[in-house]
Amino acid sequence: MAHGHEDIRKHVRVYIGVFVVLMVLTVITVGVAQFHLPTPIAITVALFVAIIKGSLVALFFMHLSNERKAIYATLMLTVAFFVFLMAIPKFTEADNFGEKIHHAPPAAAEHPH
Amino acid sequence: MEEIPYTVETRADTGLNNVKLGIWLFLASEVMLFGALFSSYIILRTGAETWPLGATILNVPLATLNTVVLIGSSVTMVMSWASLKMDNFPKYRLYMGATVALAFVFLIVKYFEYTAKFEHGLWPRTNTFLAIYFTLTGLHGLHVIGGIIVNSYLLLPGAKMWKTQRERFTNRVEAAGLYWHFVDLVWIFLFPVLYLL
Repeated sequence: MAHGHEDIRKHVRVYIGVFVVLMVLTVITVGVAQFHLPTPIAITVALFVAIIKGSLVALFFMHLSNERKAIYATLMLTVAFFVFLMAIPKFTEADNFGEKIHHAPPAAAEHPH
Repeated sequence: MEEIPYTVETRADTGLNNVKLGIWLFLASEVMLFGALFSSYIILRTGAETWPLGATILNVPLATLNTVVLIGSSVTMVMSWASLKMDNFPKYRLYMGATVALAFVFLIVKYFEYTAKFEHGLWPRTNTFLAIYFTLTGLHGLHVIGGIIVNSYLLLPGAKMWKTQRERFTNRVEAAGLYWHFVDLVWIFLFPVLYLL
């Protein structure tokens, strides 16, 4: 894709703006963790902020806000498989993989000598 | 010797040069690699009787510093590409040099974090949390080393290409940048998941 010098200057201003937002979001991530929220809420907030940060990097630094169809097609397939991967832990509830691990009692009695 | 096709010109069918499509396909495979480990993390965590809060074992201030360092290096990386687009090679050298330097800072901080754990007898074998922590951050660290190698090549010997094939060199820097931003993106998720939750 052809970029004029003026276009690139505009890009540079956006990069600096995104950097500032990413720094603010990093402070928010660490700041929220100090409140020791209940785990489900803490996970939701932390992942929500991480998704915003990740999206900013992908959209602006990786130029996904303005990319060709072939890249989007590749990424849509990737996202589909990624979602499947993240769902695998849920599937394991169908067998005993997801059950709590209970430690066996001391085995001293089995070895009398 | 025959030239590699479509390093600069775009293919009619994809609308892209092969450099960009190639790096994105590689990144798609990387998403699956890290995705498999994140999925393993979820299984290990939900299957464990207890799970420690990362902050009670790990050093959050150092990890926060590393987050700032890595995001900063992403900015210098994209600025190095923008400098080439504006035909400013000295600035490219400056920004790419800063990217490599920041990557080294990240690794040095990680080295201090790891050695502090080892000194306290905390090893990957100690518990499941530390096993997945060292696996995820170790794999990420290897990616940082990979980035340092590629970016150092583009900073020093590989930069000769700028004199003869400017657009091709700029495309190489863009591809290396896409990889580097991905490394940054992975850390953006690793940091809260391992250290703060």
